[in-house]
Amino acid sequence: MSVLRQAARVAWKDLRIELRSREILYTMAFFAGLLVVVYAFAFPRDERAVRGAAPGMLWVAIAFAGTIGLGRAFDRERENDTMRALLLAPVPRLAVFLGKAISIALLVLAVAAVCTPLLVLFLGAPLFTHPGPLVLVILLGVIGFSVVGSVFAATLLKVRSRDVLLPVILYPLLIPLFVAGTKTTMALISTPADFHAVWYWIQFLGIYDAVFLVLSVWTFESLVIE
Amino acid sequence: MAALDQVQIKKLTKRYGSERALGGVSLELTAGKMCALLGHNGAGKTTLLGILSTLVRQNDGVVSYRSNGNEVTGEAVRREIGMLAHASLCYGELTAHENLELVAGLYGVDGSKAALATLLDRVGLDAKARDRVARTYSRGMLQRLALARALLTRPSLLLLDEPFTGLDRDGALALGEQLGVLRDGGAIVVVVTHDLEAIADRTDHVAILRRGQLVFEDRGSYSYEKLKDLYHSHAN
Repeated sequence: MSVLRQAARVAWKDLRIELRSREILYTMAFFAGLLVVVYAFAFPRDERAVRGAAPGMLWVAIAFAGTIGLGRAFDRERENDTMRALLLAPVPRLAVFLGKAISIALLVLAVAAVCTPLLVLFLGAPLFTHPGPLVLVILLGVIGFSVVGSVFAATLLKVRSRDVLLPVILYPLLIPLFVAGTKTTMALISTPADFHAVWYWIQFLGIYDAVFLVLSVWTFESLVIE
Repeated sequence: MAALDQVQIKKLTKRYGSERALGGVSLELTAGKMCALLGHNGAGKTTLLGILSTLVRQNDGVVSYRSNGNEVTGEAVRREIGMLAHASLCYGELTAHENLELVAGLYGVDGSKAALATLLDRVGLDAKARDRVARTYSRGMLQRLALARALLTRPSLLLLDEPFTGLDRDGALALGEQLGVLRDGGAIVVVVTHDLEAIADRTDHVAILRRGQLVFEDRGSYSYEKLKDLYHSHAN
């Protein structure tokens, strides 16, 4: 319980800072919105083409906007060496990791909540046909992204070329997650919806999240201590 | 809470790749004493502080933290460590109160408004500034907030890394006085600095590092002139 309470404290601190500055959220949402606008001009508004491309567009927007947020959220911890202060606190370092991951997950979810309706609006993508499973798959995908992303963003905090290295290291590990997210979304908007495939990929995402959560919890402390 | 009364450093070695930052440093720190850790840039002082703060892992050697003869480890050690560095360790987008509330929550100490106000009075942070976000503070105000942050948890091991950098003369002397108060209260104070004037007549223990080696160690009070002579004859 103490771990969760302290994780919530760290997450609330991040959200409080973000609510005050709105710097990360606006940047992420603007970038994701811009991607959707580019897609709207670049792709034909043919129903079949949109059904085939919209799931990929959604997950690419989440990945790119999420990476921007991830980098900036950890950059903030560098500015006054506050990451050192967090790691020095007498709380399990797992709480620091979970707190950062939770706050990033909430920011990425907010971005997904912006760019999903925009895809529907600009491209006419039928993403809201089955909203329940769509919310579940986005939630699982965002959890996986935040968990893996937080570990690497924290590890690269003191590396000079971290902005370049973060996506280079992160994306190969996230490929299975984005493939699963795209496949699930595609199965959801196909006519008729392929719930067998949806269930398969949701299970895959659940396992992915569980495996990387365990690995991250296991390695976080040894990765952030020099 | 088990206040630390002794820290033993034995044959500490730290390498960054092929670079050796520390080569077999041994030192004993005791309660109620202020140890000045001196040396040129790259001598290994900050690395030693990093290891003492548990945030840097040594390649070889042992650091043992003791309280009444018992070894203390893990979170119990971190609870006793206070840190004051050139960086404030405070969030620029939070006010002084919010920064201290966060620390109080993480350390499980009294974070009530009254307690925080008393602490901020003690470090002399202007009352009008307390509800402003910390990024609007001057360097001196930020260092006062950082000191409040360090004092809030009542540390028994206070690690200071160039705490006087950027402070004016009065600010540096005031900080030096606060450190003296902490030392007199029984804390182990370790200060890494190049500002010998600010710590003159306050230190009880001087250790000088050169290229990762401990080249001088002595216990006793030192005047500014004496510290300067020691520094020049051993650090170079």
